Amino acid sequence: MIVMNSEKNNPKNNENKQYTDKINNYIKKKYKRRIITNKLVTILTIISVVVAVIPLGSILIEVIKNGSEAISIEFLTQKPGALGSGKGGIGPAIQGTLIIIGLSSALSVPVGMLTGIYLSEYSKNNRFSTVVRFVNDVLTGLPSIVIGIVGYVTLVLTLGSYSVLAGAFSLSIIMIPIIVRVTEETLKLVPNSLREAGYSLGLSKTKITLNIVLSTAKSGVLTGIVLAISRIAGETAPLIMTILGTSLFFSSFTGPVDALPLRIWRLASQPYESAHSFGWGAALILIVIVLFLGVGLRVLIRKNLAKVEM
Amino acid sequence: MAVENLAPVEKKEQIEESFVYLDDEIEKSHSKLVVKDVNGWFGSKQALKSININIKPNSVTAFIGPSGCGKTTLLRCLNRMHEMTTGAKITGEVLLDGLNIYDKAINPVIIKRRIGMVFQKPNPFPTMSIQDNVAAGLKLNGVRDRNLIQDIVEDSLKGAALWNEVKDELDKPGVSLSGGQQQRLCIARALAMQPEVLLMDEPTSALDPLASSKIEELISNLRERVTIIIVTHNMQQAARVSDFTAFMYLGELIEYGATNQIFKNPKKDLTERYISGKFG
Repeated sequence: MIVMNSEKNNPKNNENKQYTDKINNYIKKKYKRRIITNKLVTILTIISVVVAVIPLGSILIEVIKNGSEAISIEFLTQKPGALGSGKGGIGPAIQGTLIIIGLSSALSVPVGMLTGIYLSEYSKNNRFSTVVRFVNDVLTGLPSIVIGIVGYVTLVLTLGSYSVLAGAFSLSIIMIPIIVRVTEETLKLVPNSLREAGYSLGLSKTKITLNIVLSTAKSGVLTGIVLAISRIAGETAPLIMTILGTSLFFSSFTGPVDALPLRIWRLASQPYESAHSFGWGAALILIVIVLFLGVGLRVLIRKNLAKVEM
Repeated sequence: MAVENLAPVEKKEQIEESFVYLDDEIEKSHSKLVVKDVNGWFGSKQALKSININIKPNSVTAFIGPSGCGKTTLLRCLNRMHEMTTGAKITGEVLLDGLNIYDKAINPVIIKRRIGMVFQKPNPFPTMSIQDNVAAGLKLNGVRDRNLIQDIVEDSLKGAALWNEVKDELDKPGVSLSGGQQQRLCIARALAMQPEVLLMDEPTSALDPLASSKIEELISNLRERVTIIIVTHNMQQAARVSDFTAFMYLGELIEYGATNQIFKNPKKDLTERYISGKFG
């Protein structure tokens, strides 16, 4: 029996050895090429990074170089002076941008988040949710000037004047689909085992969704909101159609207001050197505001998370 | 002719007698859970076929059987978790202390408070500390009394044999613990709701042998506190920790009885073949 077995085993072993040799032959053949491919891909990725960073970096450097000269207390707080005088500042535009961002966030964050929560947690992929998802995707791709026209027709014409409300309404239409999408996707990433753990503790669906699922996905949802804010902070086209722009400070929600992108556009189209300098300065401020909001919200959420962990 | 037939008939009666005796043994005292004619489906696939089983209070019952035999499905039918899966359906009754948990008037949320569950993979809430993980069920169910919560957290962690290891770092995130500790944290989290029954779905299959033996030890101690039903792939584990064992195959309950009897003297051929490792 033992002899039989070893006889049986031997050819099998040889056969295995044969396979090993054949595989090794293939591996040896490709070995050099693999090393080269590996290096090539590494170099390619590094080049891509450089190519991607160069325009971004040069824009930033250009804006800082040209814009920092214009910045002063007066520039940040005063109304624009007489045309071409090089006096005054962009106070109303900064104030207007902050108001518009705040108001459109207040309109879009609840709607967007709740829609995302519905799609991810409650809809069970019924036909309605498929339609909502489709419409939402279409909305994401809508040109912002079209949304501006919608704001103009629905609010500016009916209220009878260009207004903060119309601007915030238009911008929130741009924000909502982004927030919906990101909320849905991040909530879907939360493992189902956590929901089941919640159910097994006798918690209601609302509690599980808000206190377990949403709190686990918090930073992802926040990233979506920051993304949406950065997107609208620089929007100009819908604002031309809705808030018009003014050189005065904010007076009421139903009146016109200024905004940084609008002001930059106006300043850039003036023929004066001083106006161009102001334009660069305003661009720098806009970048700083977006950066600050993004970083600020992140720090805030990290602090919150730390508090939970404490 | 008569003489030839006599022997088998006698044997058959013996077997039936012992069956009755065993069923009596289980049924004699009051049953914590009574499963009556439960059928379960996933879509059109029937995963459970007319299951009847009585679970004794303060005992450990093990469900064993090959993969896909329906043991996890049966477990999930006992706290109405099965129906949460899309396409899942169930018929029949499950009586908890005589109360049909599938009664239309009953809110499934309340059932889940009385029947806790521990899952295959440890699943502590990632954003919460050890303390908050254990307190989560209480807090989110509206318990506000901090001293009470503190007491229950300590008691539950002690019950899950985790207190000594974590008492100085209750503020650390729950996910910072090792796999075995996380699973005991999940047991503590379930215990905090003061359940009457604890369902465990292969609680040690993701753990190393040392962590597993800790959980096993814990299970035998917990018997005093709760009625435990454990699904396991590991027959040695079933033999070690359980008082009663149910063997399932292809959605049917093949044999149910005292663990000793099932492992040493199974009544059914199928059970014997499974236990001796001939299939499965």
